[in-house]
Amino acid sequence: MIRRFIPLLVFVGVAALLAMGIMQAPRKDLVPSPLIGKHAPNFSLPSLMHPHRMVSSTQLIGHWYLFNVWGTWCISCRQEYPELLAIARTGIVPLIGLDWKDTRGEALAFLSTKGDPYQRIAFDPGGLEAIHWGVYGAPETFLVNPQGIIVYKYIGPITPRAWTEDILPRLPADTTVAGS
Amino acid sequence: MRLTRLALALLPIALLLGAPWARAIAPTQMPTPALEARYERLIHGFRCMQCQDESLANSPVSLAADMRRQIRQMLLAGDTDRQIRKFFVSRYGYFILFKPPFVWKTAWLWLTPGILLLVGAVAAGVVIHRRTLLVQSDHEEPDPRDGLTRTQERGR
Repeated sequence: MIRRFIPLLVFVGVAALLAMGIMQAPRKDLVPSPLIGKHAPNFSLPSLMHPHRMVSSTQLIGHWYLFNVWGTWCISCRQEYPELLAIARTGIVPLIGLDWKDTRGEALAFLSTKGDPYQRIAFDPGGLEAIHWGVYGAPETFLVNPQGIIVYKYIGPITPRAWTEDILPRLPADTTVAGS
Repeated sequence: MRLTRLALALLPIALLLGAPWARAIAPTQMPTPALEARYERLIHGFRCMQCQDESLANSPVSLAADMRRQIRQMLLAGDTDRQIRKFFVSRYGYFILFKPPFVWKTAWLWLTPGILLLVGAVAAGVVIHRRTLLVQSDHEEPDPRDGLTRTQERGR
């Protein structure tokens, strides 16, 4: 009697497998980062604002920061920009920018008209630094703790909801912007 | 006349056949043929993270160009293929490799076809064995409850 149901069980199993595949398919654009829980890459890049000064990872050790990869060419970055400005106003965590594959002139013009949410911006016109962070599209945002460990990565434009539900709960309650 | 039309009809097919050798990107020269060969093999083995179904060798995306540049720099600096693969896997995960390695996480991926083949072979074996038993039983005395006997009776 039970044997009659074997084809049905096989069918249900295969159908479930395919359904799982279909449901997970849209997430293909979100590739989980193997860098979470690991040390953030060491870097030292010229500052976007002051080409002769450097922005380096050693300056960032000791406090929490959001490492935001952006570029003026990136439409989604413009989309998340109001939220970045809002995050900067809260004074909870500093934003460190990585201006990726951009030109200095365009970036500076953009910041002066739209406002500047960043504490510091590293300039990566060649795009090689972003590879060290496993970046494959902008915007991408990394939450780094005072020990320099990447705690969380958010792919895509940060929404108010992403800030309150995904980023804020990962920060200790008493954090405020250090050094600004 | 007909020959020309035939040639015209075959032209797109001929062009398509050449596609695998076409290059989306300008070839770059490595200093030695050995390095060039390693470079070629490596860029065909990595996924373009933006287009995902194309290799670094075929992708026109600028991120892919940056990654190729990174590979060239590492090759020139004397890194081994293994080191280069490790560099990208540690930053982008195994997803960046077109051929996933055999590790715990991917074991099911490699083993499932073998297991399915085994299950299929066992199932086929059982079915074939049953059929042979059925053929043997045909030579035995017909069972009066058998459908065949009844039709024979009706034919009489």
